[in-house]
Parts: sequence; C-alpha cells; structure tokens
Amino acid sequence: MITFSGVTKQYPDGTTAVDNLDLEIDAESFTVFVGPSGCGKTTSMRMINRMITPTAGTITVDGRDIAQTDAVKLRLGIGYVIQSAGLLPHRTVVDNVATVPVLRGDSRRNARKAALAVLERVGLDPALASRYPGQLSGGQQQRVGVARALAADPPILLMDEPFSAVDPVVREDLQAEMQRLQAEMRKTIVFVTHDIDEAVKLGDRVAVFGPGGRLQQYDAPDTVLSAPATDFVASFVGRDRGYRGLSFRTADQVPLHTIRTATEKELPALRLEQGEWVLVVTDAGVPRGWIDVTGVEGARAGRPVSECTAAGGSLFSPGSDLRQALDAAISSPSGIGVAVDAGGAVTGGILGSEVIAKLAEQRAAEDRARGEHFFTAQPATPDGP
Amino acid sequence: MRWLIDNFSVVVDLTKTHLYLALVPLLIGLLIAVPVGTAIRGASWLRKITLIVAGIAFTIPSLALFVTIPSVVGLQILDPLNVVIALTIYSTALLIRAVPEALDSVPADVVDSATAMGFTRLRRALTVELPLALPVLVANVRVVAVTNISLVSVGSLIGIGGLGTLFTQGYQRDYPDQILAGIIAIVVLALAFDLLLFLVGRALTPWTRQQKVRRTPLVAGQSAAPAAGEAS
Repeated sequence: MITFSGVTKQYPDGTTAVDNLDLEIDAESFTVFVGPSGCGKTTSMRMINRMITPTAGTITVDGRDIAQTDAVKLRLGIGYVIQSAGLLPHRTVVDNVATVPVLRGDSRRNARKAALAVLERVGLDPALASRYPGQLSGGQQQRVGVARALAADPPILLMDEPFSAVDPVVREDLQAEMQRLQAEMRKTIVFVTHDIDEAVKLGDRVAVFGPGGRLQQYDAPDTVLSAPATDFVASFVGRDRGYRGLSFRTADQVPLHTIRTATEKELPALRLEQGEWVLVVTDAGVPRGWIDVTGVEGARAGRPVSECTAAGGSLFSPGSDLRQALDAAISSPSGIGVAVDAGGAVTGGILGSEVIAKLAEQRAAEDRARGEHFFTAQPATPDGP
Repeated sequence: MRWLIDNFSVVVDLTKTHLYLALVPLLIGLLIAVPVGTAIRGASWLRKITLIVAGIAFTIPSLALFVTIPSVVGLQILDPLNVVIALTIYSTALLIRAVPEALDSVPADVVDSATAMGFTRLRRALTVELPLALPVLVANVRVVAVTNISLVSVGSLIGIGGLGTLFTQGYQRDYPDQILAGIIAIVVLALAFDLLLFLVGRALTPWTRQQKVRRTPLVAGQSAAPAAGEAS
C-alpha cells in the first residue's frame, strides 16, 4: 500500500505542483492519476520513487516512510516506465531488460536468461533481443520498457504516460496487454495519463487532479463518470461522459433480432423495397457490409460486392458493454447493429432504441435498490466508498 | 621525394618523437578534462568560469608559451617537457569545454529513467552517460589530436624535435626537398591518426550505425491489425 499524507510540492519560484495531497493506494490495485498538464499528477507519481522530494508531508510504502529509506534501494524495488520508454540506446534489448536484475547483483548471464522470458511475456519475439532500441518501432520500444520494469518482479510499477507517444491502434493493443499482465501479476500500479478514456479503461481507481495540484476526486471509474465530485471533474471528463459511462453497463440483456442476410451468390435474386437493407455475409456467416436496392442493381450489373455494399458499422461481440451495443447500432448504415459470436459470424441485430430502453431499465433497478437501502437504513452508496 | 626516400629511417624516428610529443598531452588532457568536465556540469557558475579560463588559455600564442614555460616551471629551454606542458594546457582547454557539451548530448529522459531504475550516480556516469557522450567526445578528441600534431612542429623553432625540424633544417640549408618531406610526413601523420580515432570511435559506439530494421513486428499471439499498426 502507498499512502500520501499532507504531501505538498512547492518550487522555489512559488508555484505549487502538488497541494496537500492525501491518498491511499491499495496494494495490487491499478490506480490512474489523470488530469490536464501541469496539474501535479506526474509530480505526485515521481515522489513515490523519490525522483522528486516533497516540501511537506510524508509518503509511506507498506507503512515505511520513504524519506527514511535509501533512494537507490527504494528505486530497485519499483518498476518505472516513461513515455519514450527511456531505454538505454547503447545497450541491446536483452541487456536493457536485464538492467535492474544486474543492478541488484544478479550475474549478467542469469539476468539475460530471465530477460528473454520476460520479453516473451510482454509479447515480443525473442529474436529482437540482440537489437538496439533504435531499431525497434515505437510500440515495440514501449513493450521493452514494460518488460524492463517487470524484469526484477517489483511489487510496484510506476508508469508515466507510457502509451501516449504511439499511434491509437498500437496504444489500444498495449492497453489490452497491460490489462492482461495485471490480471496475471497483480502489481500495485500507478499510471499517469491525460486521457480520461485511458484512465477509465485501465483503472480500478481513478484520481482526477485539477489546477494548482489539488486532488479533485478519487473513485472507481464509473463513479467518476456518473457522479463527478466537482465542476472541474465534470468538465474534464467531458460532454460525452454519459456515453462513456455506458461502457460500465452490461449488454447481456439486450435483445437480438434476426436480420436478413444474403451471401454473394444470392444477391442477384434479391428483391428489395426502397429503404430496405440486407447484410451481405461470407459463406461462414462473417459480415461483409450492408446492401440496399441500388446496391443489388449494381451487383446484378456485375460490379464487385465491395463496391455495391455500404461498409458495416462496429460489431457487437459477446461480453461487450452497452457503449459498444449502442455504437454498433448507430454506426450501422441500416440502423441495425450487427452482433457476432466469438468466431465473427453474425448472430443477430441490435436496435438502438432497445439499448436505451435497457439503460433505463438498469437505472430503474438501481434506483429501487437505493430506495430499499434507504428504507432499511443501510449505507446509501452500494458501490463502496 | 628523393630526400624522403633516402632518409626514410630519419623521418620515421622524427615521426615517433612527434607522435609522442602530440599524444602524451592529449592523454593527460583527457585524464584531467573527463572528471573535471563531469564535475563542473553540476554548477552553472563553475562551468562558466571554467569555460572563460579555458578560452583565455587557448588564446595564448604557442611560441610564447614554449618560451615562458621554462622560466615558470624551472626547466631547461631545450627540455621536450616544455612542449608537453604547453600542449597539455591547450588540450585540456579544448577538452574541458567538450566534455560537458558531450554529456549535454545525452538524452535527458535516458538519464532520468536510469536514475529511476536505481543506478547510483557513479555507475550512471560511467555506464550510461560516458558511453552515450562518446560520439561527441570522440569528434572533439579528433580535433585536439590533429591540432596537437600540427602544433608540435612549432616546437622545432625552439629546437625541440619532431618532424618540424625538417622545416627548420630545410630552411636553413635552403633545401626544399627536406621541407616538402616534412609537410608530407605531418599531413600523412595527421590524416592517419584522425582515421584511426574515427575507427576507434565507430568500434566503441556500435549502436549509432544500426539501421532501423523494417519488417513485420513480432507481436506474438496478437491479431494482425495492431501488428500492421506498429510497422507503419
């Protein structure tokens, strides 16, 4: 557990980076510090491994005041990942990953052997081990950065905007990797980002920092979205926070309707009304796109299917949330969201109106639950503190 | 050319002396400038003062230095040590500027993350900062080496060996062949030594000449789409 009590960081020029921060970070939790730039989130994180010394207050790790510990020893027990990965450019990938074990006194040979295993664990080909960091793509470098932080198996991991310099596709991939690793390893992770989407996606708890280095809210991510504690949090999480909040709601109960599908061979025989849509699928049932009456005419005239169909919307896969369900419906040209099974084959269609109805139903149930709590004099917040 | 071929062994002997007089000051200069240059980087006022002093030292004419050093340190005017001391002053003056600059060229985030990983200050300086400062440092050492090789020949004006004696003797005897031999020998020596340092620098910094390899990234167990994203 990491505890901040009354921690303030003030610079000689009078600016306050962090203002009287009280915060408890549970062991094995994924905590995200989020906020605009200059709000003290990175400063707060860097005080945990004593890269920055607070002007007032104490920080304890597992009950021990870190100001009383040896900074180098403290850092050897805390993994650290930064935006540009911060890899040592003059050392090969495997030696980068082996850095901390070697600093802790392991032999280079053992540390390298262990490093290869860690590389595989973060999804990197061991064939990259003998490359220099400059020869890797940004996403690969970031993976090496994560591997390096994990190599000595530290209980705590500090990550300072680790994925903000890579492109969105790679970022999503790295985020998924992080979730997988955390499920496996249960580290105490402190993750800094300015991206609220990333924060609510990854965090068990989200700490929103505001101007002047003041902590605005420290809550579960869905609480931050549904019940912002201050005006600042409300404006920071943005106008579409209601839409984002849908991602915390299950879509298991959303009804599936049968939709008309057709394979490429069946297209010329189709008879469609104006405004009627049919989903074109492969022989295996995987969606290829929507087709209407004009499209069918094109297909009869012998134009390739890809030119006759309108691109499909996002797909709704099993276990997805209401946000994905609604997005599938509203991004689909026919207005019908396409649900697929794990293999990618079409299982049915979703209507946007029914997604909204499901949301209303869930809310009503929650209101009733709150009412019961109230009448039976139980704590009014079922989500915990 | 005739003269150079006939007196080749003489030229080789002079070359040895010349190299000795040029390189010993370079080594001493490095031994002084690397630790001092690293130390003064921490305090900006100290760095400024050092740079000013070094700048002034380098403006003293070499001949003036050759002539005054004997009386200051109490040596015979013909002692080769005079040249060594004078060139050490120049080498140090150049390198003490170069060392902090070379260290400045090390990316700050690399140093920062090394610290955060648990490097001690000394270990970081020796295994992270110095190696990464090498490309800039080697470039400066090459300049100093070539400067020294040319400056040693001035020493012959006060009668101290090296290839410069070919100039003074050739001039006194009005014998252009000998002067030409001196010019050729010094130019060849400077070029050869510059090339040697260049190659040493390359060998010490293998990471600087690795081409970025562009091939399908190796994301085991991931879908094809993110992998394609990483390659772009």
